[in-house]
Amino acid sequence: MDQLLSLLSEDARLTNAELAAALSTSEEDVAARIAAYEASGVIKGYKAIVDWDKTDRDYVNARIELKVIPQKDMGFEEIAGIIAKFDEVESVYLMSGTCDIALTVTGKSFKDVAMFVAHRLAPLESVQSTSTSFVLRTYKELGVFVALDDTDEREVTSL
Amino acid sequence: MIDYENLLSDQVKKLQPSGIRRFSELAAEMDDVISLGVGEPDFQTPWVIRQAGIESLERGRTHYSPNAGFKDLKLEICRYLERRMGLSYTPEETMVTVGGSEAIDMMIRAVVDPGDEVLIPEPCYVSYDPIARLSGAKVVSIPTRFEDDFCLTPEALKAAITPKSKLLIFPYPNNPTGGIMRREDLEAIAEVLRGTNILVLSDEIYAELTYGGVKHVSIASIEGMRERTIVVNGFSKTYAMTGWRLGYAVGPAPLIQQMIKIHQFAIMCAPTTSQYAAIEALRSCDDEIEAMRDEYDLRGKYLVGELNRIGLKCFEPKGAFYVFPSIKCTGLTSEQFCVRLLQEEHVAVIPGDAFGSWGEGHVRISYCYSLRHLKIAIGKIEKFLNKLEGERHASGQGEMSR
Repeated sequence: MDQLLSLLSEDARLTNAELAAALSTSEEDVAARIAAYEASGVIKGYKAIVDWDKTDRDYVNARIELKVIPQKDMGFEEIAGIIAKFDEVESVYLMSGTCDIALTVTGKSFKDVAMFVAHRLAPLESVQSTSTSFVLRTYKELGVFVALDDTDEREVTSL
Repeated sequence: MIDYENLLSDQVKKLQPSGIRRFSELAAEMDDVISLGVGEPDFQTPWVIRQAGIESLERGRTHYSPNAGFKDLKLEICRYLERRMGLSYTPEETMVTVGGSEAIDMMIRAVVDPGDEVLIPEPCYVSYDPIARLSGAKVVSIPTRFEDDFCLTPEALKAAITPKSKLLIFPYPNNPTGGIMRREDLEAIAEVLRGTNILVLSDEIYAELTYGGVKHVSIASIEGMRERTIVVNGFSKTYAMTGWRLGYAVGPAPLIQQMIKIHQFAIMCAPTTSQYAAIEALRSCDDEIEAMRDEYDLRGKYLVGELNRIGLKCFEPKGAFYVFPSIKCTGLTSEQFCVRLLQEEHVAVIPGDAFGSWGEGHVRISYCYSLRHLKIAIGKIEKFLNKLEGERHASGQGEMSR
């Protein structure tokens, strides 16, 4: 795998100069490679990881598992496509195991999310059942410790 | 009142305390220090290794082990050395110690008599010199230079050898310089040693951390060297296990047996829990070693690039996880540079003279930190350098040659 991608997936705010230093290449090369990744859709975007509990935003997140009955002209792909269009939906996955499609949904309140499930998801023709679990506390998000203590316990100096 | 001064051993009183003690105390008083000063991985010990330690405790394996270590562990160490370093040893030629540090201590004590000369390439890790002195050795330091990629040259070695030379300390990959010795460098050193009775203590604690596709070569694998070499290694750097305190030494049985004799009286045995964990490390963590090494590699390159950009010239480290830039352009001594950087920007790096007088004019910067952390620290070092530059202008000293 290209180390450029692993660096960016760890910290997307590294400048091209810093990336070039880490990869022993030129800034121009880094810029060209990133542009190519963006153009080909390998890199989909860049976002900050925010601990919303530390802000004044009202925020709830839920994991919803769906059992789905594919129908003619309406396979998993099409169903996932419809579900993904809702702004409330953060991610959608096709799953192995007990459910078919899993998604994460965000809203301002538990009620918000419950309403979304009741009014938007459950009525979809192919959706056989839904199972909603609310996230109570986030400990780690995308590889970053959120509510857990991540302090460096090492001494300041050691030889 | 007891007069302790009179009661303490003369040898101990003569020992210089570690060069950074004062500096560390200063750093410890601040609570917002951005440290680049550690000599240990930031990674946690891989979970499977920790689990093996926990399981051994749950099963009540809380007793002494055999003096030289569990047989299974010694076997796994031999397999590991064969697999990854191409070194061939038997369990009888292997001893498990409390960190690589103890192995260093045991080796030096086992072979050095008062008056013997111990050859130490500098800059280097801090413990060889004082331990050799405790045995009454005369320490002969051999400078290694930036221009030689901090390698030990055969010429410098030859010039340091006398009829009293007993032991050569061979600290590669090197802390603090990041220098390594390639096969051809080792051949040249072996050529000098072959006609002598000089023993070699090869401290290979950073053996797994070499970069740019260059694999570590042990001096023990060079013709005629195995019979005179004790190889010291350990789990701290390779598996991020510093707190477990576990290392080992391998070498000719007549030497190892004498080292075990001292170890048996001084230490009894290395910690049992750590030994069980280490067996698991050797059996299942080769992939983790590679992953950690790749991460260090990126950080090291990033750091070298950034240090050169802000005007601190440095040698690109070929091994270990430190860079050792020159700070001579600032006109400050290593100690002055580090104290001011700490006081003014709260960034801790280690003065180069802590690693022997030949380290003066340099500082050691560790990259056992995330890129994010390194980035913040670099910003502060740059600010500090700009400030020094301003002071030079104000006092008419002219520009730094950054």
